[in-house]
Amino acid sequence: MKAAEAMVKYLEQEGIKVVFGYPGAAVCPFYDFLSKSNIRHILVRHEQHAGHEANGYARITNKPAVCIATSGPGAINLITAIATAYADSVPMVIITGQVSREQIGRDVFQEADVIGAAEPFVKHSFLVKDVQSLPDVFKKAFYLAGTGRKGPVLIDVPIDIQEAEIEYSYPETVSMRAYKPSSKGNSLQVKRVAAAIAESKKPLICVGGGIIAADACEEVYALAEKADIPIVTTMMGKGAISGYDERCFGMLGMHGVSSANKAVTDCDLLILIGARVGDRAVRSPVFLAKTTKIIHIDIDPAEIGKNITVDIPLVGDSKIILNQLLEVVEEKTHIEWIEHLRTFRKTPSFTQAETGYINPKEFISKLSDAAGENTIYVADVGQNQIWSSNFFRVKKGRFLTSGGMGTMGYSVPCAIGAKLASEDSNVIAVCGDGAFQMSMMELATIKQHNIPIKIVVMTNKRLGMVRELQTKLYEDNQVAVSLEGSPDFIKIAKAYDIPAFRVTNMETAQEAIDKLVRNDGEPLLVECMVSPLESTL
Amino acid sequence: MKRTISILVENHAGVLSRISGLFSRRGFNIDSLAVGVTDDPSISRITIVADGNEYTLEQLEKQLNKLIEVIKVKTLSKDELLARELMLVKLSATPEKRSEITTIVDVMGAKIIDLSLTTMTLEISNTNFHLARFEELIKPYGIIEMVRTGTIAIQKGADSISIKK
Ligand SMILES: Cc1ncc(C[n+]2csc(CCOP(=O)(O)OP(=O)(O)O)c2C)c(N)n1
Ligand SMILES: [Mg+2]
Repeated sequence: MKAAEAMVKYLEQEGIKVVFGYPGAAVCPFYDFLSKSNIRHILVRHEQHAGHEANGYARITNKPAVCIATSGPGAINLITAIATAYADSVPMVIITGQVSREQIGRDVFQEADVIGAAEPFVKHSFLVKDVQSLPDVFKKAFYLAGTGRKGPVLIDVPIDIQEAEIEYSYPETVSMRAYKPSSKGNSLQVKRVAAAIAESKKPLICVGGGIIAADACEEVYALAEKADIPIVTTMMGKGAISGYDERCFGMLGMHGVSSANKAVTDCDLLILIGARVGDRAVRSPVFLAKTTKIIHIDIDPAEIGKNITVDIPLVGDSKIILNQLLEVVEEKTHIEWIEHLRTFRKTPSFTQAETGYINPKEFISKLSDAAGENTIYVADVGQNQIWSSNFFRVKKGRFLTSGGMGTMGYSVPCAIGAKLASEDSNVIAVCGDGAFQMSMMELATIKQHNIPIKIVVMTNKRLGMVRELQTKLYEDNQVAVSLEGSPDFIKIAKAYDIPAFRVTNMETAQEAIDKLVRNDGEPLLVECMVSPLESTL
Repeated sequence: MKRTISILVENHAGVLSRISGLFSRRGFNIDSLAVGVTDDPSISRITIVADGNEYTLEQLEKQLNKLIEVIKVKTLSKDELLARELMLVKLSATPEKRSEITTIVDVMGAKIIDLSLTTMTLEISNTNFHLARFEELIKPYGIIEMVRTGTIAIQKGADSISIKK
């Protein structure tokens, strides 16, 4: 059969049901056979969104998701999405068409070295030069993307390879001598961790996105229960524990809540699990490490000791390690310590917004309370991301956001992918008016493929986050942050035949919330008018 | 602190660019890099001499290990390694200077590999330090052209960097 047909079959073998992409001449052979399979193709309106949609799909299924683009501009349009996935360790397999082998290196039409361009942002990449290597390349790509520290893997397939004949076969397993992801934790280190927990009077667990990737949320909770340890999360770790749980003290960091930050400064033992101690999470790791004993559990040895000096490093799969720990950690209580932390928990009080505006924090807080248990909430980037992080509390669902890269325009496409991965969940994307204009063409994708997500646009007519920065650090010299000239988003939505309405006060807000939390199979756009002077924290 | 790092990698196209990309991206400074195939044709060995503190070197080793095609990374301590660099140098040498130069060549353990009426071409293989001294000695005669490889290194004694089969 043609290699293009085999490629489709490999995807079927990998259990792929949905792919996201945008065609062009260099991937036409592959598309030709894709159309003859049962795999559903979602035609996006920009390749970047194919990447973000695969990202959302992958984060919900926790398996590699696939996106496709053509050579040259198509492939290069994917770069931002690849970098976004890489920064958040999201498993993806990216398939790009390439010019034919004998043309590579001659700067022919739509030739771009996407392997070279994407190199800093991929876990690994393959330029297929020999058609016989194709089955192995696909098997390896899925294996690499979905194991160890997950991440994007790129396969660049020249068009003449797609057209070549190949005998169909697909390997059951792969082995790569240089790739052996660690799994079990060193038992000596596990004992040291248990001893440190036994000794500690004020222990704290900080969970990052790694816990969700390792599917270890239950295990973390079990450990926290057994040794009575409070939990804080990073932005990527949000949702690993319910935000309504007594044990959860919120998100730490520069934009976090005071209870979480107080917990980090006051604890005597900090157990970091699947968290890489990014600069937004812990601002002065050097200082923290001096006063606090640090345990760092991570699947990626390179993360340990990278950003913070660690007393007890423990490399491995956090689900396995937590099970190891659960066997040796003794039961204990920390009533006083947790009581102490409770005093820093604030019941939020919201100030009344000026006429014509709503208080976005109050809106999100109310939305949070009203949302169904399994809601998937996708936060964009900007002031609205911080409002979302601090006022949306996950129940049993998920909180998705571009944590590492902070890519504006992520939320709408990510929500589309997430919805396709979990139709029973209500999926709500919340973004700013700036970010929405980076991805609003996806309304067409929503319409064309009938993907009923809910969208909230927080309109402050500004690039609010940058505006605030300029106000604070540049004597309020507001440069290039006005979004004057933006369209009427309600009209935009209606042009796509998507129901939409505007919220300008708390009464209409309540109506909007009632509609937003309903998983009724209808897409919806709600625009919330927010004061341009609203502060992030 | 200078360190010599030996890296075994899959002998694939593109591996070297991944490695050099990693160095520049992460801000690691390298003094020299040498690469060649090993006795196993599927494996190449890269020797890097890099400068940096403990933290940088640990990070460097870990980041290298993350590359899928890197099979093994080992930082060799100064006491345990035998290091060599190769230098070829074309010196301006009229017939009357030849014997003087030949003395230097003999004492320093170099070799004369070519002659012309006005030049001598010398070859020397030794440590980076020794090569620097050699260069100092021949410089006064007038170096026309000089070329040197990066350092390659191997462990002393019976120890070796091999991969588990
Ligand atoms: C692709 C991209 N470009 C630029 C930025 C820098 N940036 C961070 S927040 C922000 C403003 C976002 O504005 P908006 O989407 O309206 O959200 P708001 O802050 O107003 O809530 C900008 C420009 C970014 N994060 N991503
Ligand atoms: Mg805005």
